[in-house]
Amino acid sequence: MHHASKLFIAASLVLGVVAAVFADDDDDDGRLYTASHPAWKTECGGCHVAYPPRLLPARSWRALMSDLDNHFGTDASLDPQAAADIGAFLERNAGRDRTPAAAPVLRITETPWFVREHDEVPARVWQSAKVASRSNCAACHVTADQGSYGEGSLFIPK
Amino acid sequence: MNPLLYLFATAVTAAAVTIGAAAQTPLDIRQSLGAAAQRESADFAGFSAQRGEAFFKSRHGRDWSCASCHTANPLAAGRHVKTHKDIAPMAPAANAERFTRQAKVEKWFRRNCNDVLGRPCTAAEKGDVIVYLMSLKQ
Repeated sequence: MHHASKLFIAASLVLGVVAAVFADDDDDDGRLYTASHPAWKTECGGCHVAYPPRLLPARSWRALMSDLDNHFGTDASLDPQAAADIGAFLERNAGRDRTPAAAPVLRITETPWFVREHDEVPARVWQSAKVASRSNCAACHVTADQGSYGEGSLFIPK
Repeated sequence: MNPLLYLFATAVTAAAVTIGAAAQTPLDIRQSLGAAAQRESADFAGFSAQRGEAFFKSRHGRDWSCASCHTANPLAAGRHVKTHKDIAPMAPAANAERFTRQAKVEKWFRRNCNDVLGRPCTAAEKGDVIVYLMSLKQ
């Protein structure tokens, strides 16, 4: 084989491996989410953990941000400027759309990723009074407010 | 423009902006609600902490009262009934940050009145609640 072709094949293999590693990085354990924005942290974080933008695709965030008056049964309305700023931040840092043909997923807990990552969590933990809701990340991910969801800071409440 | 005059004008503008954005006090907010309550009704005869307490602790035809999340003791921390997120105390005696920003006060009354009553609160209702919260002492 020609030397240049060998080099090309070798380079392609390396790139392929690198691409495979990055393609699957949504599923990493020990993930630290670093994207941040002051209004996102204050406003979204006022009622629940400010969920990392990466956990939903852009069109899910767009749908959520366009219906804040009725946000899972509560009024989370914002002034238009704050809503626009936060929406742009969320879309800029959104995750990949894994179900492009379907209606946008609105609950992070209903994404295939969330379900898979939590499939070992027993029902009694979900039902524990300290957890109360799947939206309560910080019940177990005690450093969730810092964007850190790794297994190293995971404490399952008794 | 004369550079000195320009500098002066800039300084005055900056000072005005700073004053405009300066923290308000619960008294300021009570006062502006008092003026709004008077505009709402000619019969307005002042706020009542007692009415505010009853309002805070009652449900208003829906699932939640204010106390559902803020607890019946506003000197203590509350917890969001759905997400379980901690909520700092509502009484200024326990949390000096409360009722110091008009825009924040309006934002939360708008949202929470909609959740608890299914309509905006009147200025009289908001004032009663604030007067009740201000009356609480550690």
